[in-house]
Amino acid sequence: MLQKRIIVCLDVRDGKTVKSVKFVDTKELGDPVEMAAEYYLQGADELVFYDITASAEKRGVLIDVVRKVAQRIFIPFCVGGGIKTAEDIRQVILAGAEKVSLNSQAVRNPQLISTGARLYGSQSMVLAIDALADSSFPSGYRVVIDGGRTPTDLDVLAWARQGQALGAGELVLNSIDADGTKAGYDLNLTRMLSQALPIPVVASGGAGIPEHLRAVLQEGKADAALVASMVHYGTYTIPVLKDYLAEKGVPVRVAEPHDG
Amino acid sequence: MTGVLDYDAGNLTSVQNALDYLGEPWIVSRHPLDLQEADRLIVPGDGHASTCMENLRFLELDLLLGDFVARGRPVLGICVGSQIVLDSSEEGPARCLGLVPGVCRLLPGGAGLKVPHMGWNTVNFPQANHPLVRGVVSGSSFYFVHSYYTSPAQGVSVLGSTVHGLEFPVGFVHGSLATWQFHPEKSGALGLRLLGNFLAWRP
Repeated sequence: MLQKRIIVCLDVRDGKTVKSVKFVDTKELGDPVEMAAEYYLQGADELVFYDITASAEKRGVLIDVVRKVAQRIFIPFCVGGGIKTAEDIRQVILAGAEKVSLNSQAVRNPQLISTGARLYGSQSMVLAIDALADSSFPSGYRVVIDGGRTPTDLDVLAWARQGQALGAGELVLNSIDADGTKAGYDLNLTRMLSQALPIPVVASGGAGIPEHLRAVLQEGKADAALVASMVHYGTYTIPVLKDYLAEKGVPVRVAEPHDG
Repeated sequence: MTGVLDYDAGNLTSVQNALDYLGEPWIVSRHPLDLQEADRLIVPGDGHASTCMENLRFLELDLLLGDFVARGRPVLGICVGSQIVLDSSEEGPARCLGLVPGVCRLLPGGAGLKVPHMGWNTVNFPQANHPLVRGVVSGSSFYFVHSYYTSPAQGVSVLGSTVHGLEFPVGFVHGSLATWQFHPEKSGALGLRLLGNFLAWRP
């Protein structure tokens, strides 16, 4: 039986892991390569790195991080943030990432999704959407970009369908309203998109306790749940989260210890 | 020395990293001359079966694979690399290598079942004593990303199966050719163990 994935999200700025709250304040947490290796050994099913480096000249730092991570962990991982061109996608994939996540740049240039899918396959193209509750939109959610700062005229459901048609193989749905609140994922948003689309949907934003993961994976119909601060501060470990989910009847992978 | 076929069919970096982890020397190339002296070959693959086949034929790597199998030297097909060793695929549709009798079909999907089949799924290994599955028990999980499934002919030795809507083979062995539909290089400690088993395999 296909299992529900727990994906650990690391926000990386200038080569260091940071945690952002509501996309504004950031705190430094550590070395992303060491953190990735630790989560891998704990049994995370996948990792995602979001590059929030402000300056273009430090972009190369991220590729170096990706290359080192790929040598240490043997599970899929995804890289997002600041990817603007087919060449950016190529660099990330060649460095060893399986997937590339597009967000604001996909809104500005939707052909980036189809170009990436043609070159590397849909399984490599993840469309990340920042959703803001807005009852004036048909789905009840408006697409916002630039880390929540710029509202668009796009409806979340319509944009998700367009992205899938262009070649996105997976969706990451981040609720701007829930992000950093630790009050739980937006179940309504996640369920609506997961039922409407044939591709996997990853819920993001709002996790605070294990029950929030259970709710979004069961009631929210998510295929995977993203966690960040829950595990970054040592409040929970991946095995603790998975034990809880397994006890509640959510199919999860139990990782084997490494040889040697 | 393990040869890895580079035919513009997906990401080779993760296979190289896994071989490095296992301490196995490797050569990655698209030229049959570079690969013909390798002890064994790995055929990775993501993307479209018909595109993969076009590239293999253009590079004459199809002939190299046929030669390896004829000489009984080990070959491992991964993901689309496990599909194109069959006679044909519904994806394209493509005439494939025909190294193993059988076909590749589209996963049906349906209510609550997403296609592509993406994520970790449990695998049943019916041949517990086979050297290729040593140290890995039935019910262990591996990472899949695919929309088509392999259906080898009766008589082909099935190494593993999983369930996504229907039960289908996710690994088989035929002479010196073995396959995994999932990505052992992306399936954590157990995936690495399966790759290590292939490196040690003397068919």
